[in-house]
Amino acid sequence: MKLYELTISQAKEGLEKKKFSVKDLVASCLEQIKKLNPKLNAFITVCEKEALKEAEKKDLEIKKLRNLEIKGKFPLFGIPIAAKDLFCTKGIRTTAGSKVLENYIPVYDATVIKKLKEAGAIIIGKTNCDAWAHGSSGENSDFGPTKNPFDETRVPGGSSSGSAVAVATGMSLAATGTDTGGSIRLPAAFCGVVGLKPTYGRVSRFGVVAMASSLDCMGHFTKNIEDSALILSVTAGKDPYDATTPSFETPDYLKNLKKEIRGIKIGVPKEYFIKGMEKEIEQQTLLAIKGLEKLGAKIVEISLPHTKYAVATYYIIQPAEVSSNLARYDGIRYGFGREKFGDEAKRRIMLGTYTLSAGYYEAYYLKAMKVRTLIKQDFAEAFKKVQAIVTPVSPTLPFKLGEKTQDPLKMYLSDIFTIPANLAGLPALALPIGFVNNLPVGIQILGPQFSEELLFRIGYALERQRENEK
Amino acid sequence: MSNLKSQISNLTKEEVKHIAKLAKLKLTEEEVEKFQQQLSEVLEYMKVLNEVETGGVEPTAQVTGLENVFREDEVFPSLEPNEALSCAPAREGNFFKTGVVLEK
Repeated sequence: MKLYELTISQAKEGLEKKKFSVKDLVASCLEQIKKLNPKLNAFITVCEKEALKEAEKKDLEIKKLRNLEIKGKFPLFGIPIAAKDLFCTKGIRTTAGSKVLENYIPVYDATVIKKLKEAGAIIIGKTNCDAWAHGSSGENSDFGPTKNPFDETRVPGGSSSGSAVAVATGMSLAATGTDTGGSIRLPAAFCGVVGLKPTYGRVSRFGVVAMASSLDCMGHFTKNIEDSALILSVTAGKDPYDATTPSFETPDYLKNLKKEIRGIKIGVPKEYFIKGMEKEIEQQTLLAIKGLEKLGAKIVEISLPHTKYAVATYYIIQPAEVSSNLARYDGIRYGFGREKFGDEAKRRIMLGTYTLSAGYYEAYYLKAMKVRTLIKQDFAEAFKKVQAIVTPVSPTLPFKLGEKTQDPLKMYLSDIFTIPANLAGLPALALPIGFVNNLPVGIQILGPQFSEELLFRIGYALERQRENEK
Repeated sequence: MSNLKSQISNLTKEEVKHIAKLAKLKLTEEEVEKFQQQLSEVLEYMKVLNEVETGGVEPTAQVTGLENVFREDEVFPSLEPNEALSCAPAREGNFFKTGVVLEK
């Protein structure tokens, strides 16, 4: 097994037993980047020098520290992690995938980056994404599209396109992402990796280029569920710089991971099995649901009646907040001027400006905020009957590059199954369940706010079952 | 096809130009035309919300229910002027230098 193929927990074990050095591990990922990035375009910036220097430093530290100390204080010691280029990294260019910020070098780290570094992680590079995280395919990046590693003529999903591809190909062992309407879960499903969108406010947004502030969630991609739980244990928690992070304590997400799921009630919403969904995806999803049943979970059909209004609601609220957040880019304090905005940013800024303007505010924005309440209530009703909900992530397999770029509305509809969780602030865990025509398929598990621990437990049980069946 | 699209168009070119001006975006004539069509389609799609009865429903802006989050008003270190100005295209002393905003 090559080092870049390891999961985080396997890599930690290898480092502890001195089977290889931190530098070996980082160098293995860097080699993967050199080999694959020219084709896949997953990284905008590779931090080769910085990462190797940090690895050497860690290899010296490891000699001084006892394994127990490393385990306790540095849960990610020496682990190469990629960051979506939306996360500010001190001294390292952060573009948000846009030419507006092509020359922007932050003077501070985002809270997530700071926490990852404090836990011992090494930032190996900054990943490609749709500019400003606006997109479902990765094609809106001003630095060229990222390609799907399973079929280079197809999209990897967006907006966190490069992060998903980096983890799927071992260019890093994990990667950060942002999810405003599905930007972690869709690429996770399209690239066959695990993607977590935590509860709104569970992870600090400080230092991450803001898209839509009432919806933005900071999450991550990993190769398996255990690694995902490990990273959330590091990144979650109260941050004085982000007032939406609640003050209650972060659980140890690994603690109950391996508990069985017998007796847990899981809902399947009928509104998520729509016309137009690819047959093979429906089959795979139903197979996974059967698998949950075999594990002892009770499957209950539920209804989320306002599901069909989620995309329209989201495409009012989100551009409105985008127009406000992107107003700060004036080229005076940093970055270039507004003439560098690409088409999609312009569309969303204008949509938001329009729906917020005098005379339209009530018809659009206020109306959408009310429907948002109803969507949230649908989930609240459902969670009286079930503890979690399982749905497909995407109605289609990864689509062809260029297939939807000329039709913004068609592109927006790619997020039809992922948007509701953002509107309701719920955590959602996407995990791979199989392949159709050699392309990965994923499902998502949703739970009440702050129920990540349960989602990991269900995900872990499913993952184990799949491994045993191999 | 183009006929159908112009029928559902509920944004005029003038409106597109006006919105762009409010948002400080400069558009070419071609872009005005393209965005007029694309934005109209999206706005048309949003009409589906008219089906939803929302009388008496409170709007949701904050999903987790946090309210009035305060902190102590304490001074803590922030960026040094040189750091804060490190990405500025133009500076004068410890200030950002901008073009003229108000004419005499």
